[in-house]
Amino acid sequence: MTSLELTLDGRPLAARPGQSVGAALTDAGIRSWRTTRREGRPRGLFCGIGVCYDCLITVDDVPNQRACLVEAADGMRLESGHLESGHLESGHLESGQVEDGHVD
Amino acid sequence: MSTDERFDVAIVGAGPAGLTAAVAAARHGLRTVVVDAGRQLGGQYWRHPDEAHAVEPRGDESAGQHHWGTFLAARDDFNALRERGDLAYLPGTQVWYLERTGAGHDLYLTPTTESGARHRERVAATSLILCPGAYDRQLPIPGWDLPGVMAAGGAQALLKGHGTLAGRRAVVAGTGPFLLPVAAGLARAGAEVVAVCEANRLTGWLRRPLAASGVPSKAGEAVEYAAALARHRIRFLTRTAVTRIHGEDAVASVTLSCLDAEGRPTRVRREVDVDLVATGWGFTPSLELVTAAGARTCQDVDGSLVAVVDADQRSSQPGVYVAGEATGVGGALLAVAEGRLAAAAVAADHGLPRDEQAVRRVRSTVHRHRAFARAMHLAHPIPARWREWLTPDTLVCRCEEVDYATLCAAHEELGADDFRTVKLLARPGMGWCQGRVCGFATADLVACAAGRRATADDLRAVARQPLAAPIALGDLAGAPAPPRDAGSAL
Repeated sequence: MTSLELTLDGRPLAARPGQSVGAALTDAGIRSWRTTRREGRPRGLFCGIGVCYDCLITVDDVPNQRACLVEAADGMRLESGHLESGHLESGHLESGQVEDGHVD
Repeated sequence: MSTDERFDVAIVGAGPAGLTAAVAAARHGLRTVVVDAGRQLGGQYWRHPDEAHAVEPRGDESAGQHHWGTFLAARDDFNALRERGDLAYLPGTQVWYLERTGAGHDLYLTPTTESGARHRERVAATSLILCPGAYDRQLPIPGWDLPGVMAAGGAQALLKGHGTLAGRRAVVAGTGPFLLPVAAGLARAGAEVVAVCEANRLTGWLRRPLAASGVPSKAGEAVEYAAALARHRIRFLTRTAVTRIHGEDAVASVTLSCLDAEGRPTRVRREVDVDLVATGWGFTPSLELVTAAGARTCQDVDGSLVAVVDADQRSSQPGVYVAGEATGVGGALLAVAEGRLAAAAVAADHGLPRDEQAVRRVRSTVHRHRAFARAMHLAHPIPARWREWLTPDTLVCRCEEVDYATLCAAHEELGADDFRTVKLLARPGMGWCQGRVCGFATADLVACAAGRRATADDLRAVARQPLAAPIALGDLAGAPAPPRDAGSAL
Protein backbone atom coordinates (compact mmCIF):
# COMPACT_ATOMS: atom_id res chain seq x y z
CA MET A 1 0.00 0.00 0.00
CA THR A 2 1.25 3.49 -0.76
CA SER A 3 2.51 5.52 2.13
CA LEU A 4 1.64 9.13 2.86
CA GLU A 5 4.39 11.65 3.56
CA LEU A 6 3.73 14.13 6.34
CA THR A 7 6.10 16.25 8.37
CA LEU A 8 6.34 16.78 12.10
CA ASP A 9 8.26 19.95 12.89
CA GLY A 10 9.83 19.68 9.46
CA ARG A 11 10.94 16.05 9.84
CA PRO A 12 9.36 13.39 7.64
CA LEU A 13 6.61 11.23 9.07
CA ALA A 14 5.02 8.32 7.21
CA ALA A 15 1.37 7.34 7.50
CA ARG A 16 -0.86 4.73 5.95
CA PRO A 17 -3.89 6.00 4.03
CA GLY A 18 -6.90 6.20 6.31
CA GLN A 19 -4.80 6.43 9.46
CA SER A 20 -5.23 9.23 11.95
CA VAL A 21 -2.37 11.59 12.64
CA GLY A 22 -2.23 10.20 16.20
CA ALA A 23 -1.91 6.63 14.91
CA ALA A 24 0.88 7.62 12.52
CA LEU A 25 2.77 9.36 15.33
CA THR A 26 2.31 6.30 17.55
CA ASP A 27 3.58 4.00 14.79
CA ALA A 28 6.65 6.23 14.52
CA GLY A 29 7.30 5.72 18.25
CA ILE A 30 6.30 9.29 19.12
CA ARG A 31 4.17 9.32 22.24
CA SER A 32 3.80 13.01 23.07
CA TRP A 33 3.67 16.18 20.98
CA ARG A 34 2.69 18.95 23.30
CA THR A 35 3.34 20.11 26.84
CA THR A 36 0.80 21.35 29.34
CA ARG A 37 0.35 25.02 30.11
CA ARG A 38 0.99 24.91 33.85
CA GLU A 39 3.45 22.15 34.53
CA GLY A 40 4.99 21.75 31.08
CA ARG A 41 4.23 18.02 31.17
CA PRO A 42 4.25 15.95 27.97
CA ARG A 43 0.93 14.78 26.52
CA GLY A 44 -0.16 12.61 23.63
CA LEU A 45 -3.04 10.20 23.01
CA PHE A 46 -5.23 9.37 25.98
CA CYS A 47 -8.88 8.66 25.14
CA GLY A 48 -8.10 8.04 21.48
CA ILE A 49 -11.66 8.85 20.39
CA GLY A 50 -11.96 12.63 20.49
CA VAL A 51 -13.24 13.09 24.02
CA CYS A 52 -10.24 14.23 26.08
CA TYR A 53 -8.43 16.78 23.86
CA ASP A 54 -5.08 15.69 25.29
CA CYS A 55 -3.62 14.99 21.83
CA LEU A 56 -3.99 18.52 20.44
CA ILE A 57 -1.59 19.34 17.63
CA THR A 58 -1.16 22.05 15.00
CA VAL A 59 -2.13 20.79 11.55
CA ASP A 60 -1.30 22.92 8.50
CA ASP A 61 -1.08 26.01 10.72
CA VAL A 62 -4.42 25.37 12.41
CA PRO A 63 -3.74 24.92 16.14
CA ASN A 64 -5.49 22.65 18.61
CA GLN A 65 -6.61 19.83 16.33
CA ARG A 66 -7.28 16.41 17.83
CA ALA A 67 -4.57 14.11 16.50
CA CYS A 68 -6.75 11.06 17.20
CA LEU A 69 -9.41 12.31 14.76
CA VAL A 70 -7.55 14.16 12.01
CA GLU A 71 -6.99 11.91 9.01
CA ALA A 72 -3.41 11.89 7.76
CA ALA A 73 -2.94 13.39 4.30
CA ASP A 74 -0.02 13.69 1.93
CA GLY A 75 2.00 16.83 2.55
CA MET A 76 0.31 17.58 5.87
CA ARG A 77 2.46 19.72 8.15
CA LEU A 78 2.25 18.87 11.83
CA GLU A 79 3.76 21.04 14.52
CA SER A 80 4.24 19.91 18.06
CA GLY A 81 4.56 22.45 20.78
CA HIS A 82 3.29 24.21 23.76
CA LEU A 83 -0.37 24.92 24.07
CA GLU A 84 -0.32 28.71 24.26
CA SER A 85 -3.27 30.23 26.02
CA GLY A 86 -3.39 32.72 23.13
CA HIS A 87 -4.35 29.88 20.81
CA LEU A 88 -7.30 29.07 22.97
CA GLU A 89 -8.65 32.58 22.94
CA SER A 90 -7.93 33.54 19.36
CA GLY A 91 -8.64 30.27 17.61
CA HIS A 92 -11.25 28.46 19.53
CA LEU A 93 -14.07 28.99 21.89
CA GLU A 94 -13.99 26.90 24.99
CA SER A 95 -17.44 26.34 26.32
CA GLY A 96 -16.11 27.15 29.80
CA GLN A 97 -15.44 30.65 28.53
CA VAL A 98 -19.09 31.09 27.74
CA GLU A 99 -19.88 30.34 31.32
CA ASP A 100 -17.16 32.73 32.39
CA GLY A 101 -18.95 35.46 30.48
CA HIS A 102 -16.25 36.05 27.86
CA VAL A 103 -18.78 35.59 25.09
CA ASP A 104 -22.37 36.70 25.06
CA MET B 1 -31.00 19.92 -0.25
CA SER B 2 -31.35 23.38 1.20
CA THR B 3 -30.04 24.19 4.64
CA ASP B 4 -33.49 24.40 6.07
CA GLU B 5 -35.02 21.27 4.66
CA ARG B 6 -37.07 19.75 7.44
CA PHE B 7 -36.62 16.09 8.28
CA ASP B 8 -39.11 13.90 10.06
CA VAL B 9 -36.34 12.54 12.23
CA ALA B 10 -32.73 13.41 12.92
CA ILE B 11 -30.59 10.67 14.41
CA VAL B 12 -27.41 11.65 16.21
CA GLY B 13 -24.82 8.89 16.21
CA ALA B 14 -24.18 5.99 13.82
CA GLY B 15 -23.05 3.29 16.22
CA PRO B 16 -25.16 0.19 16.91
CA ALA B 17 -28.20 2.18 18.12
CA GLY B 18 -28.08 5.04 15.61
CA LEU B 19 -27.34 2.87 12.60
CA THR B 20 -30.21 0.50 13.40
CA ALA B 21 -32.59 3.36 14.15
CA ALA B 22 -31.69 5.04 10.85
CA VAL B 23 -32.41 1.97 8.76
CA ALA B 24 -35.66 1.29 10.58
CA ALA B 25 -36.82 4.92 10.41
CA ALA B 26 -36.09 5.25 6.70
CA ARG B 27 -37.92 1.97 6.02
CA HIS B 28 -40.94 3.38 7.82
CA GLY B 29 -40.91 6.09 5.17
CA LEU B 30 -39.74 8.80 7.56
CA ARG B 31 -37.53 11.49 6.05
CA THR B 32 -34.37 10.66 7.97
CA VAL B 33 -31.02 12.38 8.49
CA VAL B 34 -28.09 10.86 10.39
CA VAL B 35 -25.49 13.14 11.96
CA ASP B 36 -22.38 11.35 13.16
CA ALA B 37 -19.05 12.57 14.53
CA GLY B 38 -17.30 9.55 13.02
CA ARG B 39 -15.99 9.41 9.49
CA GLN B 40 -17.74 6.12 8.79
CA LEU B 41 -20.58 4.00 10.16
CA GLY B 42 -20.19 1.77 13.20
CA GLY B 43 -19.47 4.05 16.15
CA GLN B 44 -16.88 3.01 18.70
CA TYR B 45 -18.15 -0.56 18.97
CA TRP B 46 -17.80 -1.35 15.28
CA ARG B 47 -14.82 0.89 14.65
CA HIS B 48 -12.93 -0.49 11.66
CA PRO B 49 -10.22 0.54 9.18
CA ASP B 50 -10.96 3.32 6.74
CA GLU B 51 -13.27 1.81 4.12
CA ALA B 52 -11.82 3.91 1.32
CA HIS B 53 -8.41 2.36 1.85
CA ALA B 54 -9.36 -1.09 3.06
CA VAL B 55 -6.92 -3.85 2.28
CA GLU B 56 -8.36 -6.53 0.01
CA PRO B 57 -9.91 -8.85 0.88
CA ARG B 58 -12.28 -6.78 2.99
CA GLY B 59 -12.42 -9.66 5.45
CA ASP B 60 -9.66 -7.82 7.29
CA GLU B 61 -12.26 -5.37 8.54
CA SER B 62 -13.69 -7.90 10.94
CA ALA B 63 -10.54 -8.43 13.02
CA GLY B 64 -11.41 -8.25 16.71
CA GLN B 65 -15.07 -7.53 16.00
CA HIS B 66 -18.19 -9.05 17.53
CA HIS B 67 -21.62 -9.31 15.95
CA TRP B 68 -19.88 -8.17 12.78
CA GLY B 69 -22.53 -9.78 10.59
CA THR B 70 -25.14 -7.58 12.25
CA PHE B 71 -23.07 -4.55 11.31
CA LEU B 72 -22.47 -5.65 7.71
CA ALA B 73 -26.18 -6.23 7.15
CA ALA B 74 -27.08 -2.86 8.70
CA ARG B 75 -24.40 -1.07 6.68
CA ASP B 76 -25.65 -2.63 3.44
CA ASP B 77 -29.21 -1.62 4.27
CA PHE B 78 -28.10 1.87 5.22
CA ASN B 79 -26.11 2.38 2.03
CA ALA B 80 -28.94 1.04 -0.13
CA LEU B 81 -31.43 3.44 1.49
CA ARG B 82 -28.99 6.28 1.07
CA GLU B 83 -28.41 5.53 -2.60
CA ARG B 84 -32.17 5.59 -3.14
CA GLY B 85 -32.30 9.01 -1.47
CA ASP B 86 -34.32 7.67 1.44
CA LEU B 87 -31.94 8.94 4.06
CA ALA B 88 -29.34 11.68 4.37
CA TYR B 89 -26.01 11.03 6.06
CA LEU B 90 -23.69 13.67 7.51
CA PRO B 91 -20.52 11.89 8.69
CA GLY B 92 -17.66 13.73 10.40
CA THR B 93 -20.16 16.17 11.85
CA GLN B 94 -20.75 17.17 15.47
CA VAL B 95 -23.79 18.81 16.98
CA TRP B 96 -22.64 21.78 19.01
CA TYR B 97 -26.01 23.22 19.88
CA LEU B 98 -29.56 22.01 20.07
CA GLU B 99 -32.48 24.42 19.90
CA ARG B 100 -36.11 23.60 20.48
CA THR B 101 -38.38 25.18 17.90
CA GLY B 102 -42.14 25.21 17.51
CA ALA B 103 -42.02 22.23 15.17
CA GLY B 104 -39.22 20.18 16.69
CA HIS B 105 -35.51 20.84 16.99
CA ASP B 106 -32.77 22.61 15.12
CA LEU B 107 -29.33 21.01 15.30
CA TYR B 108 -26.35 23.32 14.82
CA LEU B 109 -23.47 21.46 13.21
CA THR B 110 -19.71 21.75 12.92
CA PRO B 111 -17.18 19.44 11.25
CA THR B 112 -15.51 17.05 13.70
CA THR B 113 -12.12 18.12 12.39
CA GLU B 114 -11.10 21.38 10.77
CA SER B 115 -10.10 19.59 7.58
CA GLY B 116 -13.31 17.56 7.48
CA ALA B 117 -16.16 18.06 5.07
CA ARG B 118 -18.58 20.85 5.92
CA HIS B 119 -21.95 19.44 5.01
CA ARG B 120 -24.27 22.08 6.34
CA GLU B 121 -24.61 24.34 9.35
CA ARG B 122 -28.00 23.35 10.58
CA VAL B 123 -30.66 20.70 10.19
CA ALA B 124 -34.24 20.89 11.36
CA ALA B 125 -36.21 17.82 12.37
CA THR B 126 -39.58 17.10 13.92
CA SER B 127 -38.24 14.21 16.02
CA LEU B 128 -34.81 13.47 17.41
CA ILE B 129 -33.27 10.11 18.23
CA LEU B 130 -30.16 10.65 20.32
CA CYS B 131 -27.66 7.77 20.15
CA PRO B 132 -24.51 9.45 21.45
CA GLY B 133 -22.85 6.33 22.88
CA ALA B 134 -20.35 6.31 25.69
CA TYR B 135 -16.64 6.54 26.44
CA ASP B 136 -14.33 4.91 28.97
CA ARG B 137 -14.93 5.94 32.56
CA GLN B 138 -11.71 6.89 34.30
CA LEU B 139 -10.40 7.04 37.83
CA PRO B 140 -7.25 9.09 38.43
CA ILE B 141 -4.10 7.17 39.37
CA PRO B 142 -0.80 8.79 40.42
CA GLY B 143 1.12 9.21 37.16
CA TRP B 144 -1.88 8.67 34.85
CA ASP B 145 -1.02 11.81 32.93
CA LEU B 146 2.16 10.20 31.56
CA PRO B 147 2.19 9.43 27.83
CA GLY B 148 1.63 5.70 27.44
CA VAL B 149 -1.38 5.70 29.75
CA MET B 150 -4.48 5.37 27.62
CA ALA B 151 -8.14 4.72 27.98
CA ALA B 152 -8.69 1.04 27.28
CA GLY B 153 -11.10 2.02 24.52
CA GLY B 154 -8.48 4.32 23.05
CA ALA B 155 -5.90 1.55 22.83
CA GLN B 156 -8.54 -0.61 21.18
CA ALA B 157 -9.59 2.17 18.79
CA LEU B 158 -5.99 2.54 17.60
CA LEU B 159 -5.93 -1.16 16.82
CA LYS B 160 -9.38 -1.58 15.31
CA GLY B 161 -9.42 1.66 13.38
CA HIS B 162 -5.82 2.25 12.41
CA GLY B 163 -3.93 -1.01 12.81
CA THR B 164 -1.70 0.69 15.35
CA LEU B 165 -0.36 -0.94 18.49
CA ALA B 166 -0.19 1.58 21.33
CA GLY B 167 2.65 -0.21 23.16
CA ARG B 168 4.79 -3.34 23.22
CA ARG B 169 4.37 -4.37 26.86
CA ALA B 170 1.04 -3.58 28.41
CA VAL B 171 -1.03 -3.85 31.54
CA VAL B 172 -4.80 -3.57 31.20
CA ALA B 173 -6.50 -2.42 34.39
CA GLY B 174 -9.72 -1.20 35.94
CA THR B 175 -12.94 -3.13 36.13
CA GLY B 176 -15.47 -4.70 33.80
CA PRO B 177 -15.67 -7.26 31.03
CA PHE B 178 -14.43 -4.74 28.44
CA LEU B 179 -10.87 -5.18 29.75
CA LEU B 180 -10.82 -8.68 28.26
CA PRO B 181 -11.32 -7.87 24.55
CA VAL B 182 -8.84 -5.02 24.92
CA ALA B 183 -6.20 -7.34 26.39
CA ALA B 184 -6.96 -10.04 23.84
CA GLY B 185 -6.72 -7.55 20.97
CA LEU B 186 -3.39 -6.15 22.13
CA ALA B 187 -1.97 -9.65 22.54
CA ARG B 188 -3.26 -10.77 19.15
CA ALA B 189 -1.56 -7.77 17.57
CA GLY B 190 1.74 -8.76 19.13
CA ALA B 191 1.95 -6.87 22.42
CA GLU B 192 3.03 -8.67 25.55
CA VAL B 193 0.15 -8.20 27.99
CA VAL B 194 1.67 -8.58 31.43
CA ALA B 195 -1.63 -8.73 33.29
CA VAL B 196 -5.29 -7.83 33.31
CA CYS B 197 -6.02 -6.23 36.69
CA GLU B 198 -9.66 -6.46 37.71
CA ALA B 199 -10.41 -4.45 40.84
CA ASN B 200 -13.34 -6.61 41.82
CA ARG B 201 -13.41 -10.13 43.11
CA LEU B 202 -16.05 -11.54 40.77
CA THR B 203 -17.03 -14.47 42.93
CA GLY B 204 -20.62 -15.26 42.22
CA TRP B 205 -20.41 -13.64 38.80
CA LEU B 206 -18.03 -16.20 37.38
CA ARG B 207 -19.83 -19.02 39.12
CA ARG B 208 -23.14 -17.91 37.71
CA PRO B 209 -23.79 -19.77 34.49
CA LEU B 210 -23.74 -17.07 31.87
CA ALA B 211 -25.78 -19.14 29.46
CA ALA B 212 -28.64 -19.09 31.93
CA SER B 213 -28.59 -15.31 32.01
CA GLY B 214 -30.86 -15.05 28.99
CA VAL B 215 -28.06 -13.67 26.83
CA PRO B 216 -26.25 -16.76 25.53
CA SER B 217 -23.95 -14.80 23.21
CA LYS B 218 -22.26 -13.31 26.29
CA ALA B 219 -21.32 -16.79 27.44
CA GLY B 220 -19.70 -17.42 24.07
CA GLU B 221 -17.68 -14.22 24.36
CA ALA B 222 -16.57 -15.09 27.89
CA VAL B 223 -15.30 -18.48 26.69
CA GLU B 224 -13.54 -16.80 23.77
CA TYR B 225 -11.73 -14.33 26.04
CA ALA B 226 -10.77 -16.97 28.57
CA ALA B 227 -9.20 -18.95 25.72
CA ALA B 228 -7.42 -15.86 24.40
CA LEU B 229 -6.01 -15.05 27.82
CA ALA B 230 -4.80 -18.64 28.22
CA ARG B 231 -3.33 -18.76 24.72
CA HIS B 232 -1.31 -15.60 25.27
CA ARG B 233 -0.47 -16.51 28.88
CA ILE B 234 -2.03 -13.35 30.22
CA ARG B 235 -2.50 -13.30 33.98
CA PHE B 236 -5.96 -12.27 35.13
CA LEU B 237 -5.52 -10.72 38.59
CA THR B 238 -8.68 -9.99 40.55
CA ARG B 239 -8.92 -7.54 43.43
CA THR B 240 -5.84 -5.90 41.97
CA ALA B 241 -5.35 -2.38 40.70
CA VAL B 242 -2.63 -0.25 39.17
CA THR B 243 -2.14 2.14 42.06
CA ARG B 244 0.85 4.08 40.77
CA ILE B 245 2.35 4.72 37.35
CA HIS B 246 6.05 5.53 37.17
CA GLY B 247 8.12 7.26 34.51
CA GLU B 248 9.78 10.54 33.59
CA ASP B 249 8.38 11.54 30.22
CA ALA B 250 6.48 8.33 29.49
CA VAL B 251 5.27 5.23 31.31
CA ALA B 252 8.14 3.02 32.47
CA SER B 253 6.51 0.82 35.12
CA VAL B 254 3.46 0.38 37.33
CA THR B 255 2.78 -0.67 40.88
CA LEU B 256 0.10 -3.34 41.16
CA SER B 257 -1.60 -3.46 44.55
CA CYS B 258 -4.00 -5.88 46.16
CA LEU B 259 -7.30 -4.32 47.14
CA ASP B 260 -9.50 -5.15 50.10
CA ALA B 261 -13.24 -5.66 49.79
CA GLU B 262 -13.78 -1.88 49.68
CA GLY B 263 -11.08 -1.26 47.13
CA ARG B 264 -8.50 0.05 49.60
CA PRO B 265 -4.92 -0.85 48.56
CA THR B 266 -3.61 -3.29 51.18
CA ARG B 267 -0.17 -4.29 49.93
CA VAL B 268 2.00 -4.02 46.87
CA ARG B 269 1.58 -7.09 44.76
CA ARG B 270 4.44 -6.31 42.41
CA GLU B 271 6.01 -3.71 40.21
CA VAL B 272 6.22 -4.39 36.49
CA ASP B 273 7.90 -2.64 33.59
CA VAL B 274 5.42 -1.65 30.89
CA ASP B 275 5.18 0.99 28.19
CA LEU B 276 1.38 0.93 27.94
CA VAL B 277 -1.27 1.16 30.63
CA ALA B 278 -4.81 0.72 29.28
CA THR B 279 -7.42 1.64 31.88
CA GLY B 280 -11.17 1.68 32.08
CA TRP B 281 -13.75 1.55 34.83
CA GLY B 282 -16.88 0.88 32.83
CA PHE B 283 -18.26 3.63 30.62
CA THR B 284 -19.65 7.11 30.88
CA PRO B 285 -22.60 7.69 28.56
CA SER B 286 -22.42 10.95 26.57
CA LEU B 287 -25.27 12.92 28.05
CA GLU B 288 -24.53 16.42 26.71
CA LEU B 289 -27.27 16.42 24.07
CA VAL B 290 -29.74 14.59 26.30
CA THR B 291 -29.20 17.27 28.93
CA ALA B 292 -29.29 20.05 26.34
CA ALA B 293 -32.65 18.72 25.12
CA GLY B 294 -33.96 19.10 28.64
CA ALA B 295 -34.72 15.38 28.94
CA ARG B 296 -34.94 13.82 32.38
CA THR B 297 -31.93 11.90 33.65
CA CYS B 298 -31.27 9.55 36.54
CA GLN B 299 -28.43 7.55 38.01
CA ASP B 300 -28.06 4.00 36.70
CA VAL B 301 -26.97 1.01 38.77
CA ASP B 302 -23.33 1.59 37.67
CA GLY B 303 -23.45 5.13 39.06
CA SER B 304 -23.55 6.80 35.64
CA LEU B 305 -26.01 9.49 34.65
CA VAL B 306 -28.40 8.14 32.01
CA ALA B 307 -31.49 9.32 30.13
CA VAL B 308 -34.87 8.28 31.49
CA VAL B 309 -36.89 6.60 28.74
CA ASP B 310 -40.17 4.72 28.52
CA ALA B 311 -40.62 1.25 27.00
CA ASP B 312 -40.52 2.87 23.53
CA GLN B 313 -37.31 4.89 24.18
CA ARG B 314 -39.26 8.16 24.51
CA SER B 315 -37.51 10.65 26.77
CA SER B 316 -39.42 13.04 29.00
CA GLN B 317 -39.20 15.66 26.21
CA PRO B 318 -41.84 15.29 23.51
CA GLY B 319 -40.25 14.33 20.20
CA VAL B 320 -36.93 13.35 21.76
CA TYR B 321 -35.99 9.64 21.90
CA VAL B 322 -32.81 8.15 23.30
CA ALA B 323 -31.29 4.76 22.44
CA GLY B 324 -28.09 2.90 23.22
CA GLU B 325 -25.58 3.48 25.99
CA ALA B 326 -27.09 6.87 26.88
CA THR B 327 -30.03 5.04 28.47
CA GLY B 328 -27.69 2.79 30.48
CA VAL B 329 -24.53 0.97 29.46
CA GLY B 330 -25.47 -2.48 28.19
CA GLY B 331 -23.60 -3.31 25.03
CA ALA B 332 -24.16 -3.38 21.30
CA LEU B 333 -27.05 -5.84 21.01
CA LEU B 334 -29.06 -3.90 23.57
CA ALA B 335 -28.28 -0.72 21.65
CA VAL B 336 -29.41 -2.32 18.39
CA ALA B 337 -32.70 -3.36 20.00
CA GLU B 338 -33.24 0.11 21.46
CA GLY B 339 -32.49 1.76 18.14
CA ARG B 340 -35.16 -0.39 16.52
CA LEU B 341 -37.70 0.48 19.22
CA ALA B 342 -36.95 4.19 19.00
CA ALA B 343 -37.53 4.21 15.25
CA ALA B 344 -40.78 2.28 15.65
CA ALA B 345 -41.94 4.76 18.29
CA VAL B 346 -41.12 7.73 16.07
CA ALA B 347 -43.10 6.08 13.28
CA ALA B 348 -46.05 5.49 15.58
CA ASP B 349 -45.89 9.06 16.87
CA HIS B 350 -45.92 10.29 13.27
CA GLY B 351 -49.13 8.32 12.72
CA LEU B 352 -47.52 5.48 10.76
CA PRO B 353 -48.36 1.84 11.44
CA ARG B 354 -45.81 -0.30 13.23
CA ASP B 355 -45.55 -4.05 13.68
CA GLU B 356 -46.75 -4.45 17.27
CA GLN B 357 -45.69 -8.08 17.43
CA ALA B 358 -42.16 -7.19 16.37
CA VAL B 359 -42.10 -4.39 18.91
CA ARG B 360 -43.05 -6.83 21.67
CA ARG B 361 -40.26 -9.19 20.61
CA VAL B 362 -37.68 -6.40 20.61
CA ARG B 363 -38.89 -5.22 24.01
CA SER B 364 -38.28 -8.65 25.42
CA THR B 365 -34.73 -8.58 24.00
CA VAL B 366 -34.21 -5.22 25.69
CA HIS B 367 -35.51 -6.70 28.91
CA ARG B 368 -33.11 -9.63 28.89
CA HIS B 369 -30.11 -7.48 28.04
CA ARG B 370 -31.01 -4.94 30.72
CA ALA B 371 -31.13 -7.72 33.31
CA PHE B 372 -27.75 -8.94 32.15
CA ALA B 373 -26.27 -5.44 32.21
CA ARG B 374 -27.57 -4.89 35.71
CA ALA B 375 -25.88 -8.07 36.95
CA MET B 376 -22.68 -7.04 35.19
CA HIS B 377 -22.69 -3.59 36.76
CA LEU B 378 -23.31 -5.02 40.21
CA ALA B 379 -20.32 -7.35 39.76
CA HIS B 380 -18.03 -4.52 38.62
CA PRO B 381 -18.63 -1.54 40.90
CA ILE B 382 -16.23 1.36 41.24
CA PRO B 383 -14.23 0.48 44.39
CA ALA B 384 -15.70 2.50 47.24
CA ARG B 385 -12.27 3.53 48.58
CA TRP B 386 -10.46 4.15 45.30
CA ARG B 387 -9.41 7.60 46.50
CA GLU B 388 -6.98 5.94 48.91
CA TRP B 389 -4.52 5.30 46.09
CA LEU B 390 -4.36 9.01 45.29
CA THR B 391 -1.42 11.13 46.46
CA PRO B 392 -1.78 14.88 47.10
CA ASP B 393 -0.06 15.66 43.80
CA THR B 394 -2.12 13.21 41.70
CA LEU B 395 -3.79 15.12 38.88
CA VAL B 396 -7.54 14.68 38.96
CA CYS B 397 -8.41 17.12 36.15
CA ARG B 398 -5.91 16.50 33.37
CA CYS B 399 -6.88 19.56 31.30
CA GLU B 400 -6.57 22.20 33.99
CA GLU B 401 -3.94 20.23 35.95
CA VAL B 402 -5.89 20.31 39.20
CA ASP B 403 -4.42 17.91 41.74
CA TYR B 404 -6.09 16.02 44.57
CA ALA B 405 -4.65 18.36 47.24
CA THR B 406 -6.25 21.36 45.51
CA LEU B 407 -9.63 19.61 45.42
CA CYS B 408 -9.31 18.72 49.11
CA ALA B 409 -8.42 22.33 49.93
CA ALA B 410 -11.47 23.56 48.04
CA HIS B 411 -13.56 21.38 50.31
CA GLU B 412 -11.71 21.81 53.61
CA GLU B 413 -10.73 25.48 53.42
CA LEU B 414 -13.42 26.91 51.20
CA GLY B 415 -16.29 24.67 52.19
CA ALA B 416 -17.17 23.43 48.71
CA ASP B 417 -19.15 20.21 48.98
CA ASP B 418 -20.70 19.77 45.57
CA PHE B 419 -19.27 19.44 42.06
CA ARG B 420 -20.46 22.82 40.82
CA THR B 421 -18.87 24.78 43.66
CA VAL B 422 -15.59 22.88 43.49
CA LYS B 423 -15.51 23.49 39.73
CA LEU B 424 -15.90 27.23 40.24
CA LEU B 425 -13.24 27.38 42.97
CA ALA B 426 -10.62 24.94 41.74
CA ARG B 427 -11.43 24.67 37.99
CA PRO B 428 -11.66 20.88 37.58
CA GLY B 429 -13.74 20.19 34.49
CA MET B 430 -13.19 23.71 33.10
CA GLY B 431 -10.70 22.75 30.38
CA TRP B 432 -10.99 21.42 26.88
CA CYS B 433 -12.76 18.18 27.74
CA GLN B 434 -15.27 19.99 29.97
CA GLY B 435 -15.12 17.34 32.66
CA ARG B 436 -15.83 14.40 30.36
CA VAL B 437 -12.72 12.63 31.63
CA CYS B 438 -12.54 13.74 35.28
CA GLY B 439 -16.19 14.59 35.92
CA PHE B 440 -17.29 11.30 37.42
CA ALA B 441 -14.18 10.99 39.60
CA THR B 442 -14.31 14.61 40.75
CA ALA B 443 -17.99 14.34 41.61
CA ASP B 444 -17.24 11.17 43.59
CA LEU B 445 -14.28 12.73 45.43
CA VAL B 446 -16.23 15.84 46.35
CA ALA B 447 -19.19 13.79 47.52
CA CYS B 448 -16.97 11.51 49.60
CA ALA B 449 -15.32 14.52 51.21
CA ALA B 450 -18.80 15.70 52.13
CA GLY B 451 -19.54 12.28 53.59
CA ARG B 452 -21.87 11.01 50.88
CA ARG B 453 -21.83 9.32 47.48
CA ALA B 454 -22.17 11.21 44.20
CA THR B 455 -25.79 11.82 43.27
CA ALA B 456 -27.55 12.35 39.97
CA ASP B 457 -27.46 16.09 40.69
CA ASP B 458 -23.65 16.04 40.95
CA LEU B 459 -23.44 14.25 37.61
CA ARG B 460 -26.01 16.56 36.00
CA ALA B 461 -23.69 19.43 36.85
CA VAL B 462 -20.94 17.55 35.00
CA ALA B 463 -23.04 16.79 31.93
CA ARG B 464 -24.56 20.25 31.58
CA GLN B 465 -22.58 22.16 28.97
CA PRO B 466 -23.44 25.49 27.37
CA LEU B 467 -22.20 24.03 24.09
CA ALA B 468 -22.13 20.33 23.30
CA ALA B 469 -18.72 20.55 21.60
CA PRO B 470 -15.97 23.18 21.50
CA ILE B 471 -16.32 25.05 18.22
CA ALA B 472 -14.42 27.63 16.23
CA LEU B 473 -15.48 31.21 16.98
CA GLY B 474 -16.21 31.61 13.27
CA ASP B 475 -18.91 28.94 13.49
CA LEU B 476 -20.60 30.76 16.33
CA ALA B 477 -20.38 34.10 14.55
CA GLY B 478 -21.61 32.62 11.28
CA ALA B 479 -24.44 30.54 12.70
CA PRO B 480 -27.62 31.11 10.71
CA ALA B 481 -29.58 32.13 13.79
CA PRO B 482 -27.11 32.63 16.62
CA PRO B 483 -28.68 31.28 19.80
CA ARG B 484 -28.98 34.27 22.09
CA ASP B 485 -29.31 32.27 25.24
CA ALA B 486 -26.60 29.63 24.95
CA GLY B 487 -25.96 29.91 28.67
CA SER B 488 -29.39 30.47 30.10
CA ALA B 489 -31.19 27.82 28.07
CA LEU B 490 -29.62 25.24 30.30
